[in-house]
Amino acid sequence: MGAKMKIWRAAQYALLGVAAVVIAFPFVWMVLTALKPESEIVTFPPSLLPKHWTFDSFVHIWSRVPFLMFFKNSVVFAFGVTLLSLLFDSMAAYAFARLKFRGRNGLFVLILIALMLPVQVTMIPLFIMLNDWGWVDTYAGLIIPRATNAFGIFMLRQFFIGLPGELDEAARIDGSSELRLFARIILPLAKPAIASLFVFHLMYNWNDLMWPLIITNSQAMRPLPAGLALFMGQHVVEYGILTAGATIALAPLVIAFLTAQKYFIQGVAFTGLKE
Amino acid sequence: MATLTSRNSRKKSLERQGRTATFFLFPSITALALFVFWPIADSLWLSFHHWSLLDPEHAFAGLDNYSSLVKDPLFWKDVRQTAVYTVFVVPLSIALALLLALLCNEKLKGLAFFKAVYFLPVVSSFAIIAIVWSFLMDPDIGLLSYYFKQIGLSSGEWLRSTTWAMPAVILVAVWKNVGFNMVILLAGLQGIPASLYEAAKLDGAGMFGRFRSVTLPMLRHTLLFVLITSITASFQVFDQVYVMTRGGPLHSTETIVYYIYHQGFELLDMGYASSAAWILFAAVFAITIVQLKLFRYDQTD
Repeated sequence: MGAKMKIWRAAQYALLGVAAVVIAFPFVWMVLTALKPESEIVTFPPSLLPKHWTFDSFVHIWSRVPFLMFFKNSVVFAFGVTLLSLLFDSMAAYAFARLKFRGRNGLFVLILIALMLPVQVTMIPLFIMLNDWGWVDTYAGLIIPRATNAFGIFMLRQFFIGLPGELDEAARIDGSSELRLFARIILPLAKPAIASLFVFHLMYNWNDLMWPLIITNSQAMRPLPAGLALFMGQHVVEYGILTAGATIALAPLVIAFLTAQKYFIQGVAFTGLKE
Repeated sequence: MATLTSRNSRKKSLERQGRTATFFLFPSITALALFVFWPIADSLWLSFHHWSLLDPEHAFAGLDNYSSLVKDPLFWKDVRQTAVYTVFVVPLSIALALLLALLCNEKLKGLAFFKAVYFLPVVSSFAIIAIVWSFLMDPDIGLLSYYFKQIGLSSGEWLRSTTWAMPAVILVAVWKNVGFNMVILLAGLQGIPASLYEAAKLDGAGMFGRFRSVTLPMLRHTLLFVLITSITASFQVFDQVYVMTRGGPLHSTETIVYYIYHQGFELLDMGYASSAAWILFAAVFAITIVQLKLFRYDQTD
């Protein structure tokens, strides 16, 4: 390697390193602050590393904030939407991709239109409707309106169309039912697409702020982002508690990301397509 | 006889497929009708009525909501601020993402680690990480404010200053979006055939020459995609504004979606908020049309 090449390599690593430090900094600070005693957090001048390491904030958060409730709501909301939507998305996608019926193209155009509508426009009428139904501040209100997703249908349809047509013909000649064909043959072949869509739905809902903010009005129903954001509005001074809460709230997705990077990157790329 | 049976069974199979399709589509189509299409229509209806959650009368308003909207200086302020936000966030996050994607496209050891780090903000809830950022920028306890003060850069009153709150919100958005754009751009870069670079090299093109004559033209589609998704996402910014500043101080960080939220869900004037939502819808729709036009244009040239 020539000297010029070596300098170039060093410059590349320097740039990569600076970017990594800038991007990781808030995460590192968050974890380290959560590990400080509250008295040390408010000491001036602030420092990055704790002088006394303590798990107090991680212990106290469960009693200072209804944190277990937020966490449970996040799990119910995010997994509820994800599982329901995966089921209905894949059923609809199967019909569009592999069944012949009248009105197929017309209905599919509707899906494409739904894909282009920004959520902010539906938010107000949805709230009024769910309010009339008595669904505000319930799991049903949080989950059911998201039980299907135009993007999920669109994406899975594209994938199902790519599977060889002989599969269905062979199965139909064998006399297997459509349901069996769907559940036993098509779905197992679509595992990678389903996994990416799973990540997409889970992340979108676990991280969402606005929808839960609108549809819930009691603290007991709030998922983590809305719960912590509103808690912060009322108790700005509890830095240790909130950084510990933020750490725990971010941990599941960060850990999942580190173990299944491929599906995350694919699932996140979908987010871009959707917006 | 044989053909008749096969035709019969074919017909039967088609009937069966039709029945199955009804069953398979029913949940999704019902949900979309109830929770997407009906609300869209209702939203348009609302925008032409005085509709407050506090008032059981829903009088027809004609264009009243739209005309008060156009006359509201705060609405225009928020439109301007959304535009400023977009004008800074979109180019900055795309340029930095392109730089990182180019670096990550080299054959370097340890890249997997760097890529994982760059992606962390993307998987994190914006609302939650915005809590951390607002602490970092807090003049009393914030390490970032302290560092900035040490090098004499600012008074440290980031989020409490009408001048600096918006730049702070923009900074955090760039930080959050770079990873996403980088992943998409990197995928685009990896799709460029190495032979094109070889050919350019033989023609005597240097590093910047190759970037200009090979990378940029080949990356055109990906860049356009990232550009459009970034612009539509910027038009809809809400989370970090809500968490970090609640639109303040003195409305200096309010955006269009924040305005809609505030009018609809805090002041409960839902007819008026719907008219603002339709203006946003029109803007996003216009971008989508431009996008379709551009992609078609690209295919023909």
